[in-house]
Amino acid sequence: MKKTVFPSLLLAGVFLLFGSATSPCGYAVGDQAEDFSLKSVNNKTVSLADFKDALGYIVVFTCNHCPYAQLYEQRIIDLHNKYAPKGFPVIAINPNSPLIVEEDSFEEMQKRSKAYKYPFEYLFDEEQTVYPKFGATRTPHVFLLDRNLIIRYIGAIDDNPETPRSAKNRWVEKAVEAMLRGEKPNPDFTRAVGCTVKKKPDAAPVPVTAEKPANEGGHRP
Amino acid sequence: MIAIRLNRLLLFLIVLVCCMSNYSASAQSFTVYDSMPQLESRIENAKDTTLVINFWATWCKPCIEELPCFEELRERYIGQNVLVILVSLDFKSQLEKKFIPFLKERQFKSEVALLADQDANTWIPKISAEWDGAIPATVIIKGQQRKFNLGKFANFTELETFVRPFLADVSALKDISEYPCLTGK
Repeated sequence: MKKTVFPSLLLAGVFLLFGSATSPCGYAVGDQAEDFSLKSVNNKTVSLADFKDALGYIVVFTCNHCPYAQLYEQRIIDLHNKYAPKGFPVIAINPNSPLIVEEDSFEEMQKRSKAYKYPFEYLFDEEQTVYPKFGATRTPHVFLLDRNLIIRYIGAIDDNPETPRSAKNRWVEKAVEAMLRGEKPNPDFTRAVGCTVKKKPDAAPVPVTAEKPANEGGHRP
Repeated sequence: MIAIRLNRLLLFLIVLVCCMSNYSASAQSFTVYDSMPQLESRIENAKDTTLVINFWATWCKPCIEELPCFEELRERYIGQNVLVILVSLDFKSQLEKKFIPFLKERQFKSEVALLADQDANTWIPKISAEWDGAIPATVIIKGQQRKFNLGKFANFTELETFVRPFLADVSALKDISEYPCLTGK
């Protein structure tokens, strides 16, 4: 009895595992990212190509409202101050729709970047076209790129959100240091708790307008 | 085989007695799991029960919005061997200031826990290989079967559709009907 039941259970398990899997989209380590043009808090349009001397890019999806993003705010500033002079600037991108969280509006981005004296570019993915390409799912979410826009690391800044000093692994620092030595980051992928990216509501169905022909043969929707 | 089972049970009991802390926030009790293995023991201990584990936090707006759906699920599926566990990822340091007051206000009927394991990079993939840590997130576990969902369920129907394949006797259930998660407290 057991022998016959087990394989079917296993099959059911496999089906559940793969049949329903919603595989995460976006870049994987080794993929080449597409450059983008986004509006910065200074009302400039910023692309990665604008950083002529960059050896790489620390792209951080972050936002104003998320407590995890706030916990990491100073560490993101520190990363830029430490590594921009070495050729790895931070490029921060807010992927959230202010229709879901008002605090993540462009105006609030301007206020926050001013109040906390962000030394890096803080960009707004207003059309929400950039974060899905990267596959950013949460804030903060880091993508480390080399000068050819090849993704070298995806994940968390370190392993201790609440107490920076107690972090055992400072992954992004370690990854940038490895790249500066011409090595591949190890690990090149980490997970962390964070706030989901706030996607704007799906466009409402187009309302029936008066332009429709009046005589349609009696069919009404 | 039996020896292994006994060992596991013993280990579970030791873990239960030594490491976990049980709190009661005026009738709303909850368990603090300091490490993932403690939560895993809880999962293992559930045996053939269908566990619906929702990961949330008091600071996560979409999480708070969908919590009533899980309460509704618990209520509707009483007698279906379904157990809802609301696992908060709030910081332990905010226990008194934020977490307990929130529970006092909401008075959840579902089982509530707080997972305080800081090593997220290690424990997140133990829940699901598909998960990279954003919340809300929900996993259904029944024995060796698992199903994962990232993000908020738009309404009760969506959650119910997600859970139904795990239930033995669906015919005994009421019709699926619209139930927005935003209603109720």
